Amino acid sequence: MYFCEMTAGDGVRGPYADYDAWFAQQDNARLAQKSREAEAFFRQTGITFNVYGDKDAEERLIPFDLVPRILSGREWDKLSRGVDQRVRALNAFLHDIYNRQEILRAGIVPIDLIAQNDAYLPQMMDFVPPGGVYTHIVGTDLVRTGEDDFFVLEDNARTPSGVSYMLENRETMLQMFPELFSKQKVKRVSDYPKNLRASLEASAPPNCKGRPCVAVLTPGIHNSAYFEHSFLADQMGVQLVEGHDLRIVDGHIAMRTTRGFKVIDVLYRRVDDDFLDPLTFHPDSMLGVPGIMDVYRAGNITIANAPGTGVADDKAIYSYMPDIVEFYTGEKAILKNVETFRCSEPDSLKYTLDNLKDLVVKEVHGSGGYGMLVGPAASKAELAAFADKLRANPANYIAQPTLSLSTVPIFTEAGLAPRHVDLRPFALVSPEQVNIVPGGLTRVAMTEGSLVVNSSQGGGTKDTWVLED
Amino acid sequence: MQLFVTHATHYTYDTPVVYALQKARLRPSGSKLQEIEAWDLTVEGGKIEAGYRDHYGNNVDLISAEPGTQSLVITAQGTINTHDLAGVLGPVYGRAPLWHFQQITPVTRLTDEVAAPFLGVFRAAPNPIEGGHALCHEILSKVAYDTDKTHAATTAQEAIAIGHGVCQDHSHIFIAVARQAGFAARYVSGYLRIDGRVHQDANHAWAEIHVPDLGWVGFDVSNGISPDDRYVRLAVGRDARDAAPISGLRMGNGGEELMVSLQVQQ
Repeated sequence: MYFCEMTAGDGVRGPYADYDAWFAQQDNARLAQKSREAEAFFRQTGITFNVYGDKDAEERLIPFDLVPRILSGREWDKLSRGVDQRVRALNAFLHDIYNRQEILRAGIVPIDLIAQNDAYLPQMMDFVPPGGVYTHIVGTDLVRTGEDDFFVLEDNARTPSGVSYMLENRETMLQMFPELFSKQKVKRVSDYPKNLRASLEASAPPNCKGRPCVAVLTPGIHNSAYFEHSFLADQMGVQLVEGHDLRIVDGHIAMRTTRGFKVIDVLYRRVDDDFLDPLTFHPDSMLGVPGIMDVYRAGNITIANAPGTGVADDKAIYSYMPDIVEFYTGEKAILKNVETFRCSEPDSLKYTLDNLKDLVVKEVHGSGGYGMLVGPAASKAELAAFADKLRANPANYIAQPTLSLSTVPIFTEAGLAPRHVDLRPFALVSPEQVNIVPGGLTRVAMTEGSLVVNSSQGGGTKDTWVLED
Repeated sequence: MQLFVTHATHYTYDTPVVYALQKARLRPSGSKLQEIEAWDLTVEGGKIEAGYRDHYGNNVDLISAEPGTQSLVITAQGTINTHDLAGVLGPVYGRAPLWHFQQITPVTRLTDEVAAPFLGVFRAAPNPIEGGHALCHEILSKVAYDTDKTHAATTAQEAIAIGHGVCQDHSHIFIAVARQAGFAARYVSGYLRIDGRVHQDANHAWAEIHVPDLGWVGFDVSNGISPDDRYVRLAVGRDARDAAPISGLRMGNGGEELMVSLQVQQ
């Protein structure tokens, strides 16, 4: 059985009461019409998503469902405290492993996990980014299995995406159903771009004079998240730049403008570490900014997120997160981890192979649902093929029990139908504070029974409400 | 010994430069092996944009070429007092932990089969110091010094197959074997005064391994000795790329010519 977030027994759960009453008075044909309008709106705005490896659909629309996912203020309080704690621990962990490495010396995290991790960048050792912030933007993927049971599925500490959908989903709901928002108080998310800019500005290098100049660095229009890059730059009121727009001027990174070069103090980069600086990393990269690591280490720019943060969201590190949280905060983790079997350990590998059909197996360095096995949904042949891959390179995988993800109904022409969801809240970290936007992005598996919510695998999104209790 | 170093790197471009950057690791640090009495880095046809100490403690300068220039000269010059301590730098550590120098990098990766005879020689010695010297000897006998057979990107594995190499290849092989034997090992770039000569051919490079209770100890494979007071340590790293005295990048077409002049004298 799955926990349904809308209904409980014959009734409706508290947070959904007002919505349910409103829904009962709606005409299905009208809602179906609204749903089509929403799709047309998303097409016009250009919110699309490129799916890698799918040649036929270079740009795809992420399905939007018009039934909101609703959290009470009380539920959100606990969640946001948990995210806050986790984000602070992630930053402390990154600061530690690139400097004193106390957690390694204490034997809490094995050295090999860091030493042999491609996401660990030696170039970040013995250096503290401006304000001590590593992960300026974090997206924490949460799932729910019961009334009070929330689990962290994954931390996204490099370049979490999806916040543009959160903003557009709310905008769409406000336009389509303004009456819903006058009936009950839903916490605003529209401040996000303003807060993002303020948070980035507060993270500028100490020697920056005047109001810091922020820019968004994109790999370009062929990137799957290009829409979001341009959207966020536009919403923040800052420049969207590509590597070839930038050069080094007087020891700073500067962008070409119609009035000459202008120094950038904070670069919100959506280019991966490997491609960020051909002079330091991948020498053939055309996407990055040569010399930016030198400028960074000289203290003349803030890179958000900092290079090398990916080591903290690795799925093998994930399994140590409860210990990491406790080590740096002195408190138990508020948000639970999903039980994780590290296939690098012989007992765990054996357990995983023996129970493959019941488990979800993920690549340690993978993301976006690529290269993942969902045991219960896999055929015999798929299971056998995956078992071979596991045996060939056990350390590349972790396994987790298949969670009974909660459901929230989606709208179909036949009425409401339950679908599994997750939640990605977004946290902004500056030297002064952690700011978490109320709600976040709810991803929903549009196919009945499916547990895979990733947009690259056909998942959709919902507006996420946090109520003012 | 007091050494006077003048190291000039001169780039000549066929067409005026649009945009070019050089990363220079050309400022040696003091240690018990060497005191820096005076040192200066000057640039003609460009300028120093930024400077910092990197993750290995190397002093790095980022240099840009002046737009439109057809010549860029980077000159490192100074006076250093060196000491012969049989190559023992000692227990000197930065933030980069020893385990970091135990990690095998793409250019210091040897297959077990290729590594085996070298490992055998290293391990047969009664202690790591003697093992290091035996390993130097073994490498030199299998990979003879030759400046024409390998290039900047040659890996340790390739150099062994070719059977010839320069100080970079020798050092990579030494480091690769030492790491396979479980030791922390690193690459050192620097200068060597060859007796009886003022003008030197090129930058030199050697290896250091970390020996418990003793600290870092240098081995110059190409010359079959531990560095003495004719050596100047410039930069360190996991392999040649980390410790390269100079590496660069240039936008646009057209050829370039590189001329290096190095003088190390007493």
